[in-house]
Amino acid sequence: MVSTQTAYVVTPEDNVATALGDISTGKIQLTGTYSEDKNGVSALQKISFGHKIALCAIGKGEPIIKYGCIIGLSTTAISKGEHVHLHNMKSCYDQRAETFDIQTTSSTDMEYKLY
Amino acid sequence: MNAKDVLCQGYLRPDGSKGIRNKVLVLFTVECSMHLCQKIEQHFQKLGQDVETIGNPSCLDNQVAIRRLLSYSVHPNVGAVLAIGLGCEYVRPDKIAAFAKEHGRVSDWFYIQEQGGTEKGFQRGIKIVQTMLDTLAATPKEPMYLHELVIGAECGGSDFTSGLAGNALVGSLLDGLVDAGATCVFEELSEAVGLKNQIMKRAATQQAAKELADTYNKTVDFCNAFRQYSISPGNMVGGLTTIEEKSMGAFAKSGQRPIQGVLKIAQHPPHKGLWALDVLPDERLTPCFYQVGDATHMTELIAAGSHLVLLVTGRGHVVGNPISPVLKITGNTETFNKLKDDIDFDASPLLSGKATMPQLTKKLYQTITEICQGEKTHAERLGHREGFILFNYQHPNQVVKTCQWNS
Repeated sequence: MVSTQTAYVVTPEDNVATALGDISTGKIQLTGTYSEDKNGVSALQKISFGHKIALCAIGKGEPIIKYGCIIGLSTTAISKGEHVHLHNMKSCYDQRAETFDIQTTSSTDMEYKLY
Repeated sequence: MNAKDVLCQGYLRPDGSKGIRNKVLVLFTVECSMHLCQKIEQHFQKLGQDVETIGNPSCLDNQVAIRRLLSYSVHPNVGAVLAIGLGCEYVRPDKIAAFAKEHGRVSDWFYIQEQGGTEKGFQRGIKIVQTMLDTLAATPKEPMYLHELVIGAECGGSDFTSGLAGNALVGSLLDGLVDAGATCVFEELSEAVGLKNQIMKRAATQQAAKELADTYNKTVDFCNAFRQYSISPGNMVGGLTTIEEKSMGAFAKSGQRPIQGVLKIAQHPPHKGLWALDVLPDERLTPCFYQVGDATHMTELIAAGSHLVLLVTGRGHVVGNPISPVLKITGNTETFNKLKDDIDFDASPLLSGKATMPQLTKKLYQTITEICQGEKTHAERLGHREGFILFNYQHPNQVVKTCQWNS
């Protein structure tokens, strides 16, 4: 979508940004509405188009904030610049949140077999 | 955007409402009369006439089912109604025709059993509809102002761009429309899980706060009872991680203005402003609710009186509706280029920085004005008219706090 290393921040309170293109390791440019102290993030790993990157260090069990809203809690400590997704955060509401396979995103709580 | 902006020359109905389309509705009261209604619809559509069909899929009735049919029969885009029944079902086509007539619509009805079957019913039906079309050709037109518009907002096939661009743009438009005195209805409280605080902050009155809280609680009950949350593996591949994240993206389409209250199925907004629509059944009538898609939800926005519906998508969408135009918007530039024949509006310049929110809001408003003036949406041009009516149940008089899913 955007050829440069760009990520979009919805509100200044957010601690994650959304990649507007496939991001490779290294410095990224922020767009949207962000506070200056969050600028200057470098991606620690590849982050796919549409996925989230941490704008600061986030401790285990701390809220992940996007749209100025808590969208879930971290399940492990997250470093600034790390990819944020199923492997390190979960919903506070979805009872199936931890059943999704991290690689395939398929739910693992259904059996594909007959009685 | 201004209350006195003239959107178009609206079709003036005798009850004072104004439509942006001038349709004849052939309404079936039971699944058994659906085929005949569709045959009549197709006969006229081949001739390029604005004849549509919709109806009740069940032999049974309840207050929701009846109110929905009545609401369609007097929708501002509908000028005439032919209600056709088989003859032994609960829902009464004669009563629907009488209601439509009371509200200034040309109307008629018959039972297929009394008519002597499909062929005779078809001959009778096309004769009646032809007369209706001739009558509607003389419908007076009057300026329709922005403050008279009712607009619905829906999203489907979402991806990460939906919350950042498409829904954000619709939210910005709705803010402008509400400020100019229009009426806006948004749906998908089922995609509001995790947002109770955000929703409650928007309540216009104490009564609205109560309705929103009750509807929110009912929805969370429902999701927990079925262990179904409106986020799918495909959403996750695209980068959305939790239902809360997807919910915020969906809720963005409601904009920032106060929410006046919760509408029940087929309830028209009691006054202007922004309204939430609850489409979730109050009681267990499995598996109704999960037999739905976005097209069916849009039929509910239209039963609330929407002249047109905005449908935001990320991954792509194609559907339409028989009664009101559906305008499709995406913030994903790849999706827009791939589905150019189906998607009407490109919101991706918001993300690439090529356009600002005020610029795109103005452009979207201009596009809506053109649709009101008779320009066809892609869904209309391609003949999309999906969506069926569900046999749901809601309490006839109030927004309820919990549903019976757990009992």
